[in-house]
Amino acid sequence: MNSSVDAGASDHGHRFHTIVTTVENKPGVLARVAGLFARRGFNIESLAVAPTADERFSRITFTVDVASSPLEQVVKQLDKLINVVEISELSPTESVERELMLVTVEATGRRRHELLELVDDFRAYVLDADGSHMMLSLAARPSRLDDFEERLRSFGIVQLQRTGRVALPSLEA
Amino acid sequence: MDMNGGQALVRALECEGVEVVFGLPGGAILPVYDPIIESPIRHILVRHEQGAGHMAEGYAHATGRPGVAMITSGPGATNGVTPLCDAYMDSVPLVCITGQVPYAAIGTDAFQECDTTGITLSVTKHNFLVTEAQDIPRIIHEAFHIATTGRPGPVLVDIPKDIVDPRNPRSAMTWYEPTDDIMELPGYRPVIVGDPDLVRAAADLICRAERPVIYAGGGILKARAAAELRALAELIDVPVVTTLMARGCFPDSHELCLGMPGMHGNYTAVTAMQRSDLLIALGSRFDDRVTGRLDGFAPDAKVIHVDIDAAELGKVRAPDVAIRGDCKLVIADLLEALQACGGVDAQADRRAWRSQISGWQERHPLVYEQSEPGEFLKPQYVLEVLRDSTPDDTIVTSGVGQHQMWASQYWRFDHPYTWINSGGLGTMGFSLPAAIGAKVGMPDRMVWAVDGDGCFQMTAQELVTASMERIPIKVALFNNAYLGMVRQWQEMFYDERYSEVYLSYDVPDYVKWAEAMGCVAMRVEAPEEVAPAIAKANEIDDRPVVLEFRSARGENVYPMVPAGQSNSDIVVDPSQR
Ligand SMILES: Cc1ncc(C[n+]2csc(CCOP(=O)(O)OP(=O)(O)O)c2C)c(N)n1
Ligand SMILES: [Mg+2]
Repeated sequence: MNSSVDAGASDHGHRFHTIVTTVENKPGVLARVAGLFARRGFNIESLAVAPTADERFSRITFTVDVASSPLEQVVKQLDKLINVVEISELSPTESVERELMLVTVEATGRRRHELLELVDDFRAYVLDADGSHMMLSLAARPSRLDDFEERLRSFGIVQLQRTGRVALPSLEA
Repeated sequence: MDMNGGQALVRALECEGVEVVFGLPGGAILPVYDPIIESPIRHILVRHEQGAGHMAEGYAHATGRPGVAMITSGPGATNGVTPLCDAYMDSVPLVCITGQVPYAAIGTDAFQECDTTGITLSVTKHNFLVTEAQDIPRIIHEAFHIATTGRPGPVLVDIPKDIVDPRNPRSAMTWYEPTDDIMELPGYRPVIVGDPDLVRAAADLICRAERPVIYAGGGILKARAAAELRALAELIDVPVVTTLMARGCFPDSHELCLGMPGMHGNYTAVTAMQRSDLLIALGSRFDDRVTGRLDGFAPDAKVIHVDIDAAELGKVRAPDVAIRGDCKLVIADLLEALQACGGVDAQADRRAWRSQISGWQERHPLVYEQSEPGEFLKPQYVLEVLRDSTPDDTIVTSGVGQHQMWASQYWRFDHPYTWINSGGLGTMGFSLPAAIGAKVGMPDRMVWAVDGDGCFQMTAQELVTASMERIPIKVALFNNAYLGMVRQWQEMFYDERYSEVYLSYDVPDYVKWAEAMGCVAMRVEAPEEVAPAIAKANEIDDRPVVLEFRSARGENVYPMVPAGQSNSDIVVDPSQR
């Protein structure tokens, strides 16, 4: 249980906090982690879970919208979970964050061309298409996904799914 | 060696040094009850699973060894939730084995299935669902390791029936010795040694403090640090308050002992903390029952906080020096650091503080008025007589309510591990089964359960267990015909509008009831009968005894800090106002 979040360290004024935990890759671990937020009435904004390079462990990255001092308490409680091996908070300025979005938009006639230009601008991909729709993907900073989503609205979004952010500390943080 | 999972489970418990298991069988745990017959482990058959859990807690409190409860799936497991939560709140090392429906049936609403690990997730330090018989020795070892190290707590191990049932091929396993190096707990590394820089910083604060108080909590007992605490208090000549969970960790007869702080603490303990300029919090957690209204709590005090659990540091009150570590080791380091900076000669002049404290002690001792002839007994009087007619290493357990507060106030605890109660959860019904567990663990000690009439009715059936198993506990039952503590709140804060707090003096007839359960029982109504009845009870050593003390119903516990108010607004006994 190595906590790199100590008194004050999480207090950098950001509303959203990104917490990264390395946990044992076992049944029920996610429920334990989520339960600590649920019992305090904190909402988890986004969540991404997958095994690390070492299959015995998974990394859970989640974003929560909480004031710093209750968060600090939850982080300490998380650290107490037997299955949690490591926990840290990543500040946006000292980490690299990415998120993936899949989105199906309406794409007919004249607007089809406009849409393809937007795809190029954002360095998104076209994954699938028929006469009236296109399915796109974009992996980027979460804020860039927000912008892309905003721009797509005028085309008509049919379905959209985001993965929630994942993050690693920057190399020279 | 080839075995089945049930045999392996019992063998694994033996390897952990388990001498007694408190439990009650049922369908899902049946296969484990078969090899129990051959085992040297003593099994105590309870009358309700809540009793098994509290007995295991009482055993653990008294002996320092983990208590073990074994119960079946579904209703057995849900009956065990209260003691698990109780043990979690009070950091009691407990291992609870629950039966579960066969692995393949989990999630099908099978007969007596419940999501035991899900239900107990938030009331255990950790829980396990074992899926393979082969894992049993390792997981049992991990369970005991987790329960007893770091901040102790309850651990539950849920065992599907098929992996322990010899008729099922899934129960086949090959035995191996459960040792530390087979544990797979990469995320569990309790920190026990304090940071030396912080210890020096703490020593520095102590030397300069003019009005310091040591605020000793249950962590002192968990760390078995009573001797270190005493050495510290004596070296720096600083008064000690002992919380409800810590009574006995520092002798009440010691001149530096101020007794219990908090909502029903004594005036001096509460006020000394309140006026202090340095609180040395050792294994205590700034519980709301101790601090009162937080923004008015000890306003001038700096805080040194030592706790093995990092999540306690800064949870309630921001410390000036926070040391994560085991109290025994940290206090020993602190003693060295204090010696190094001059020992007793380096301490600030605290004569004014000491005389202020003795002034409070003189003006505000605990008081009560003796009952008028013809009135029922004053519980405080009974407790004083009981205290004075029992050996000073007597173990006292308590229920929850007025009787608990009077017991803590009026007993004189001069040894650690002589006071066992439910502090964090405040579980009515704790006293009696906890006393049984304590007596099983400490058979040579006298064990008295102090109980209220309301509490007694919650777990009284365990007296049958005590009779059948010949566990000679003694019960001091304070029959005040009321849920007295709640009655007190209604009197003080709800304009004496009494709502659903009256129980009755006469129904049930506690003497007949206790006798029906195999106990010796006596009713005591007048002050002059108290000492003779206790003397008789003390002589009985082959069965449980119940003394029903008919107690004054209008009596209130003082002092009191009303909930939500500042400790500075402590309400003292009417005679001291
Ligand atoms: C299981 C449970 N239910 C309810 C309460 C709330 N409660 C706290 S003290 C108390 C009264 C206890 O009555 P009794 O055992 O007669 O003790 P007394 O206060 O009269 O000494 C109650 C109902 C509790 N602590 N535990
Ligand atoms: Mg009562």
